[in-house]
Amino acid sequence: MSLSETLDAPADEIAPAASKPLLSVNQLTRVYGSRIGCADVSFDLWPGEVLAIVGESGSGKTTLLNCISSRMTPTCGTVHYRMRDGASADIYKMAEAERRYLMRTDWGFVHQNPIDGLRMTVSAGANVGERLMAVGNRHYGNIRNTAIEWLSRVEIGEDRVDDQPRTFSGGMRQRLQIARNLVTEPRLVFMDEPTGGLDVSVQARLLDLLRGLVSDLGLAVVVVTHDLAVARLLSDRMIVMKEGRVIEAGLTDRVLDDPRAPYTQLLVSSILQV
Amino acid sequence: MNALTQDTSSQNLASYNFAYLDEQTKRMIRRAILKGIAIPGYQVPFASREMPMPYGWGTGGVQVTAAIIGRDDVLKVIDQGADDTTNAVSIRAFFAKTAGVVTTTATPDATIIQTRHRIPETPLTEGQVLVYQVPIPEPLRFLEPRETETRKMHALEEYGLMHVKLYEDIARNGHIATTYAYPVKVEGRYVMDPSPTPKFDNPKMHRSETLQLFGAGREKRIYAIPPHTEVVSLDFEDHPFEIQHFDQPCAMCGAEQVYLDEVVLDDKGGRMFVCSDTHYCESRRADGHCGALLGDEPGLGAEANTRKEAM
Ligand SMILES: [Zn+2]
Repeated sequence: MSLSETLDAPADEIAPAASKPLLSVNQLTRVYGSRIGCADVSFDLWPGEVLAIVGESGSGKTTLLNCISSRMTPTCGTVHYRMRDGASADIYKMAEAERRYLMRTDWGFVHQNPIDGLRMTVSAGANVGERLMAVGNRHYGNIRNTAIEWLSRVEIGEDRVDDQPRTFSGGMRQRLQIARNLVTEPRLVFMDEPTGGLDVSVQARLLDLLRGLVSDLGLAVVVVTHDLAVARLLSDRMIVMKEGRVIEAGLTDRVLDDPRAPYTQLLVSSILQV
Repeated sequence: MNALTQDTSSQNLASYNFAYLDEQTKRMIRRAILKGIAIPGYQVPFASREMPMPYGWGTGGVQVTAAIIGRDDVLKVIDQGADDTTNAVSIRAFFAKTAGVVTTTATPDATIIQTRHRIPETPLTEGQVLVYQVPIPEPLRFLEPRETETRKMHALEEYGLMHVKLYEDIARNGHIATTYAYPVKVEGRYVMDPSPTPKFDNPKMHRSETLQLFGAGREKRIYAIPPHTEVVSLDFEDHPFEIQHFDQPCAMCGAEQVYLDEVVLDDKGGRMFVCSDTHYCESRRADGHCGALLGDEPGLGAEANTRKEAM
């Protein structure tokens, strides 16, 4: 199977303004001693595109996500990101200050467990406003109003703006985490099992919300999930991983409707049995 | 501390080095102080030593004072604004015994002033040194407990969290309710905690003529504000920094624009407000000022004195 054939997005889907990839991952490898976390992964992500990385636990999808989001240094390989000025930057060659600035302005990261992505002891408003304050906003009234606006976009009422997230339900916490990430209008958001750990009905509502936000904001997303239904609903393309390697990649509908690798066929059939 | 009080024999005293600490330790502390002066507001780690008093008694400040004090220095020690609390008296006695220096309660007479909270009302001048005893030096600690992360935040000048704290204050109270340990930015670079000084005194740190040194014993940190350094209290455009205001003058000396303590007079709700800086209040009364409580009977307070402490 030729991966390059399926990894490049079809030319007719790409607007001229987005003719260069936003993120380019090249031969990314992470080993733990003699054990492989992920090996030789390459793909391009285009502006506004949603890519799902699917696989069972231990398949290397979380290692891969951490390596491309600069949360874990890869053993070898590169990750290039197209900055707002159009220049391509190797994220592991950036100064740390620049990389951290990028992470809290042009990127977002949604953790599976909202506790990992929220400050549980400050109000919802301060959680959403933190990034604004980090980039120098010094007007309390404006920060609070922007926070209220973003809370409403994730369906959290204005009356909860001063409440701490520990008084929120699981679904609300996850929506708050999403608002906290989106307030600086990032162009790229990483998500690690964003609906994991939620009740099925809550999951469906969150997926709907996410899908709407992604399309309204034109977000590029890399989402890690073991749930093929999440990949189906959210993503344009997907990568299937097994034992640290990409075994199949392509448009989501094609992979799910016509899986080519035997392992993908197994994955798809097991979801159909549910 | 008992071992160091009145009846200590001169033989015992001879076993102490000048100002208690050995010369090598003092040099180590002086290096940390010099580094702190070179990088205003930056917390310099140092190898804090055991002192013959518990943490919480100002062992950080005591070590800084011990490292800089000379035989000709005149030492004043205050706790809140008072020279006569147990803590202040003990530290003053400690240096009178171990360094044989002259001590004073008069702010203008002192060359070194060690303080736990207040900056004296009498403006400090060039040549004086103000030494703060600091319990918690890290201003980012309350929202970010990881030391590795707070160090990185200082290094990369990532101070958004400080405003998260102030935001939260306003969200809860309608205004910035932090009154002590109010965070400041030093010389446009490092965010620093002047803990546990009341914010009333923050403006006195700004472009002060006096060298200000901060010592945290338990946390093993020293930091400094050299003379004439810019010290700005953090705030929001629509919630600017303000100091506390008192709507009445000192009941004893009639002083205005000073920091007042509330004193309960009886169990019927009677109370009054008096200067927290006891020396300032006494010297005003000695000069003939009097407040509402004293009527026209000035000069009641004990006069400030500078003396060689009895060995
Ligand atoms: Zn007074």
